Amino acid sequence: MLKYFFKRCVAIVPVLVVVSILACGFVRLLPGDPARMMAGQDADTATIEMLRAQLGLDRSLPVQYFTYMGNVLRGDLGKSLKTKRPVFQEISLRYFPTMVLAVAGMTWSVLFGVFFGAVAAIYNGKWQDYAAMLISVSGISMPQFWLGLLAIQLFAVYLGWFPVAGFTGKWSELALPSFTLGATVAAVMARFTLSAFLDVLSEEYISTARAKGVPERRVMWKHAFRNALIPVVTMAGLQFGFLLGGSVVVETVFAWPGLGRFMIEAVAVRDYPVLQALLLLYSFHFVFINLLVDMVYAMINPEIRFE
Amino acid sequence: MNETKATPFRIVCYKFKQRKTALVAGLFIMLLVLVAVFAPGIAPYDPYLTNYGLSMLPPSAEHWAGTDLYGRDILSRIIYGARISLTVGLTSVLVGALAGVTLGLISGFFGGFLDGLIMRTSDVLFAFPGILLAIAIVAILGPGLINVVVAVSVFSMPTFARIVRGSTLALKESLYVRAARSIGASRNRIMFVHIMPGTLSGVIVYFTMRIGTSIITAASLSFLGLGAQPPTPEWGAMLAESRDYIGVADHMTIFPGIAIFLTVLFFNLFGDGLRAALDPKLK
Repeated sequence: MLKYFFKRCVAIVPVLVVVSILACGFVRLLPGDPARMMAGQDADTATIEMLRAQLGLDRSLPVQYFTYMGNVLRGDLGKSLKTKRPVFQEISLRYFPTMVLAVAGMTWSVLFGVFFGAVAAIYNGKWQDYAAMLISVSGISMPQFWLGLLAIQLFAVYLGWFPVAGFTGKWSELALPSFTLGATVAAVMARFTLSAFLDVLSEEYISTARAKGVPERRVMWKHAFRNALIPVVTMAGLQFGFLLGGSVVVETVFAWPGLGRFMIEAVAVRDYPVLQALLLLYSFHFVFINLLVDMVYAMINPEIRFE
Repeated sequence: MNETKATPFRIVCYKFKQRKTALVAGLFIMLLVLVAVFAPGIAPYDPYLTNYGLSMLPPSAEHWAGTDLYGRDILSRIIYGARISLTVGLTSVLVGALAGVTLGLISGFFGGFLDGLIMRTSDVLFAFPGILLAIAIVAILGPGLINVVVAVSVFSMPTFARIVRGSTLALKESLYVRAARSIGASRNRIMFVHIMPGTLSGVIVYFTMRIGTSIITAASLSFLGLGAQPPTPEWGAMLAESRDYIGVADHMTIFPGIAIFLTVLFFNLFGDGLRAALDPKLK
């Protein structure tokens, strides 16, 4: 077990290194002179030179990379070109709202996804199955930003149940954005739960349980549901990364003060230090979540460990 | 069915036709393609024609989907938007598929160093959630539709490469490929004539499933202001313009959204049908 964990940890190191090189080299990929681009159209030569020195662009590439990563490890992510404040400070302000949104969205999506998937599996081939899967395929096809706009229209503007946008720490403000964010993942989870459930239902131990006269309700919940949940939990973990990506769109729709909206603002004003830091942050989260999922899966399913 | 006529292709067609939803979806997609091609003939108005006197009118007999802030006919803009969404969706997946299939074939066929390189690169691409990768690419290349196509292609590529690599590994050792090798077929011939067709059923299924996702991603990028720029009649960009008028002019939000939703829905249903028909494991 430990050996497997160790192997998985070692395997992500090259990925992390390459990801960090990409995030750092990001500025170098810009067409033209990055310092000039960042300084803006009407900057004088002195300003550009200062910026170049400040960003370390006058040094060789490996030196730039190691200086940047060294600073990152010390918590120094540079300064935002727009607000002139440290990027670390800007990000820590917005980290919590994004995580709250993502966790709440994940909770919705697991609850709804597993429920609809289980209903479709238990009533396989009946109208409940078709209804659940129709809702699910609609959820996958629904652009999140449209769902968000419709939710604002109906629940905030007309019914007035929830605030239109923003986040000041109240639960009511979390309802619409988290629901919107979770909808697509819920649809994916429903399909996945359905197929996991059907796989389990064709196992021999289910036939055995039925043959020895276990009531159908008990077969479903005790024997089938529990075993079907194993792959579902894994899938939920993997979808968390997708959810973080989706938060960019949802945060923009709901004017949510999180990292996603910050990223879009940074793209718009070409705030490259912020973009670099966010790319690094998002991809590291993504890689570590996948690692965590792998490990949890290995704990649940011993076959994986001995591959 | 006459037994001599039961070719694999016919079986697939037969299975596909049994899925009524997929058939309806296919017809809808064909209709949509026709609408996109003949947009100038179908659209009742010029999609760029502004008229401030007609700003934000609700749906009526003259303007079935109402008008937008600048008095432009929304239905006409949606019809022209079909051209953009279909083109962007199809090209980006096509480019991603071509690159991904080639890389997957090379990776699976040659193995060793090339395989390692290609697969580790795709691991890195997988380390960024799809839309973030697209945003990063647009941040480098600048906003615009062509850059959106590039961005969406890049993040479709690794999955195609993986699918094809998997089936290439399996087919490489199959009897007919060994037979081809033993009669002296060249490496390129074995790769492209003998192995590639065998990998295509997986590719086709993923291809159709991917179109819907690509259309949504492209529309999202335009919504965020990174893709199509005003006054282009792109569905996502139209929704971005409607944002400030929720509760004032709801039709501006509703109709372009329905267009995206139905298009993506029917591509997904079509893909589901194809998967059911092409996957021998499903009945």
